[in-house]
Amino acid sequence: MRVLDDSKRAKSGAARYRPGVLKYAQMGYWNPDYSPAATDVLALFRITPQDGVEPEEAAAAVAGESSTATWTVVWTDRLTACDRYRAKAYRVEAVPGSPGQYFAYIAYDLDLFEPGSIANLTASVIGNVFGFKPLKALRLEDMRFPVAYVKTFAGPPTGIVVERERLDKFGRPLLGATVKPKLGLSGKNYGRVVYEALKGGLDFTKDDENINSQPFMHWRDRFLYCMEAVNRAQAATGEVKGTYLNVTAGTMEDMYERAEFAREIGSVIVMIDLVIGYTAIQSMSRWARRNDMILHLHRAGHGTYTRQKTHGVSFRVIAKWMRLAGVDHIHAGTVVGKLEGDPNTVQGFYNVLREGRNALDLQRGIFFEQDWAGLHGVMPVASGGIHAGQMHQLLHYLGEDVVLQFGGGTIGHPMGIAAGAVANRVALEAMVLARNEGRDIWNEGPQILAAAARDCAPLKAALDVWGEVTFNYASTDTPDFVPTPAVA
Amino acid sequence: MNARVDEPYDLEAVYRDSHVGEVLDSLDRELVGLAPVKSRIRDIAALLLIDKLRRAVGLSSGPPALHMSFTGNPGTGKTTVAMRMAEILHRLGYVRKGHLVAVTRDDLVGQYIGHTAPKTREVLKKAMGGVLFIDEAYYLYRPENERDYGQEAIEILLQVMENQRDDLVVILAGYKDRMETFFRSNPGMSSRIAHHIDFPDYTAAELVAIARLMLQQMQYRLSVPADEALREYIEKRRAQPHFANARSIRNALDRARLRQASRLFERKGGSICRQELETIEEPDIRASRVFSANA
Amino acid sequence: MRVTQGTFSFLPDLTDEQIGRQIDYCLGNGWAVSVEYTDDPHPRNTYWEMFGTPMFDIRDAAGVMTEVNACRKTFPGHYIKVNAFDSTRGRESLRLSFIVGRPAAEPGFSLAREEGPGRSVRYTTRSYATERPEGERY
Repeated sequence: MRVLDDSKRAKSGAARYRPGVLKYAQMGYWNPDYSPAATDVLALFRITPQDGVEPEEAAAAVAGESSTATWTVVWTDRLTACDRYRAKAYRVEAVPGSPGQYFAYIAYDLDLFEPGSIANLTASVIGNVFGFKPLKALRLEDMRFPVAYVKTFAGPPTGIVVERERLDKFGRPLLGATVKPKLGLSGKNYGRVVYEALKGGLDFTKDDENINSQPFMHWRDRFLYCMEAVNRAQAATGEVKGTYLNVTAGTMEDMYERAEFAREIGSVIVMIDLVIGYTAIQSMSRWARRNDMILHLHRAGHGTYTRQKTHGVSFRVIAKWMRLAGVDHIHAGTVVGKLEGDPNTVQGFYNVLREGRNALDLQRGIFFEQDWAGLHGVMPVASGGIHAGQMHQLLHYLGEDVVLQFGGGTIGHPMGIAAGAVANRVALEAMVLARNEGRDIWNEGPQILAAAARDCAPLKAALDVWGEVTFNYASTDTPDFVPTPAVA
Repeated sequence: MNARVDEPYDLEAVYRDSHVGEVLDSLDRELVGLAPVKSRIRDIAALLLIDKLRRAVGLSSGPPALHMSFTGNPGTGKTTVAMRMAEILHRLGYVRKGHLVAVTRDDLVGQYIGHTAPKTREVLKKAMGGVLFIDEAYYLYRPENERDYGQEAIEILLQVMENQRDDLVVILAGYKDRMETFFRSNPGMSSRIAHHIDFPDYTAAELVAIARLMLQQMQYRLSVPADEALREYIEKRRAQPHFANARSIRNALDRARLRQASRLFERKGGSICRQELETIEEPDIRASRVFSANA
Repeated sequence: MRVTQGTFSFLPDLTDEQIGRQIDYCLGNGWAVSVEYTDDPHPRNTYWEMFGTPMFDIRDAAGVMTEVNACRKTFPGHYIKVNAFDSTRGRESLRLSFIVGRPAAEPGFSLAREEGPGRSVRYTTRSYATERPEGERY
């Protein structure tokens, strides 16, 4: 006796719309014969279905709940061209090495989305589906945006190339430092740190994400003192310098006020935090474009939902959203510093931000080809527990178009802040020089640094103090597709 | 290589590692005849190889003289050999990049005051790290015209050939008698040339072999009577003026192909088999004017 | 003081050999190399004088070094830099820019302040050198 498995096949016609509860696959959300159109928005979810739920059904449920479905059949569907609006789960495959987890590929018609709105995109794709009971866990791993959709966004207002031309700095990573301590400095003292670091040799200093306007330092004071420091440093060195003035505030009106003031007093760059929200970010991007300001984004709070492999949103997707929304800098990981980041995954983030076109690269976690349709590249920022002794590793993993930020690594230098900046700058220039000459910086890095340190006391001191420091913990977010030794 | 004086060196290994043998072999294959030229090239390669070894030991005879002059009629392989020489020099480490820049007087000399120096320097910049091949070099020297700017180019070349021997090798080329006149009037130039190589005209048999090689590369074959006709053609043609050796052979073959195509086309009707497409027949050769002129 | 514009200004002045290797790196990447000079090192002075056009189709650093040395000889008291231009899509800008020549003495810059409303200040950086006319600065 043959049992026909009807549970995965879509019903049609009157059978489909009889009142009652159907499985999502029967409602038409599971569509293995569907070939995604070039104009579809695609999403890749990592699903962990509850025991007893088939992966195709779980995928269909995700597709349904992130588009037009609800838990029971509704007749009003038939007033619409509902086939079009239904998202289609078209492919499900098991995640290698992780039993119980599946990759679900889902296609969304372009008409589901408002042009140029990250808020709408996210509300659509992640707004409803993550609390869904039939799934134990759900993670949005990657997305593909058709060129038609990409073109509705203005993208980064400045971009890597224009930023370099404005700063007149080419051929090496940029250097920055977050002012430390994180909180508590008065405006005047704050400006002192900025001046010393910039004069010493860094290109940028940075307000920390929660430096907004507190009792210990009002934002206007900070801005004024910082610009005094920036201009003094520019005159002392002959280089264009900047500090990221954080304009994050409680309301958009306050943010615009702060950003306008920053522009008035001559800053080249302003900074916002991720927590202001997607709509605010897009508004600020628009403002930055109108006012020729570089826009730095601190990814404050992302770790709450990007870090665990099974549940949340991968930072890769956040990076793509932010490139569309339009930021010029975004923190994207250091690999060797104090914060989370496996080398392959982090390189994947960097590629997504910088390249004009991403190729499929499962080893780096890039699941879709993505054409960025001329949108500028975003400069990734590497910040968190890195020091001059790691310069060869940083250059090797992260490349040249990156801002390397050494907060503690500058301000904590035994000979003072300016000396810390000198050490970092000399280490960086020496490493780039050697790399260009064709030397093997991965293996000879320590020797190159030691040789440069012979002519530079601050660098020697830095290597003495921090040379042995590493942060080796197992990464929580590693790629699933790494070639095994037998294959490689 | 800081070995003791009496320790033997593995010449074979050095030769192998430089991969110069491959270039010499390809020279043998690509160019028919030219026995004296090939043997001279081998001598130079050997000299440079030994010189390299000597330097490694600490025996120095000063920077090697590498500038050359190639004399001979057109179509005798001078440019091809110059390219192979550039490769050999590169593989033995005497030239950093190994590319060849081929120029004539017009590329070096300007039409008005101040035009020549930048022009020459542009060419030199592109040639640095490789070999500069100046064809019909004697045209640089036109003493009869006092407003001629060739002399300026010569001055610049002389300076570079003397002071930047590590950066550039110069090969001058042209007809033998005219090159001799040129060198006599320009002793500075003559003194900087280390190797003079003469490219003799091809013999009739060599020209036939060249023709066969060309046809093979173009995927044609000759019928037996056509082969005979070609032989006769070559004998007659090389006695006539303006014979440019391999180039003239190339032109003759192109004309034969044209006649073959016309012949096949005129036939009309019926099918053509592969063999006919491939074969050059006797009439295709005999139609040449060379045969109608009275011997 | 020492004007620290350019990619390698924090290292000891590069030797001709080191410069040659950087140029070889640029040529190897297919970038066009140019030489520029100026006696006005203001950070916003984008347009230094060109010493010849950017050089395309050069295979070896020696070709570029002749231009560098010619520039040094002609303008011994000026700042001289080497630039590399990358024409690939999405970049179409410079990839490397470093100083290969400096005047013997670098007086540096003064900072002029103009007090504005509130506590704001308008700043401008002024090069001591440009107080003298062109040609007499260094």
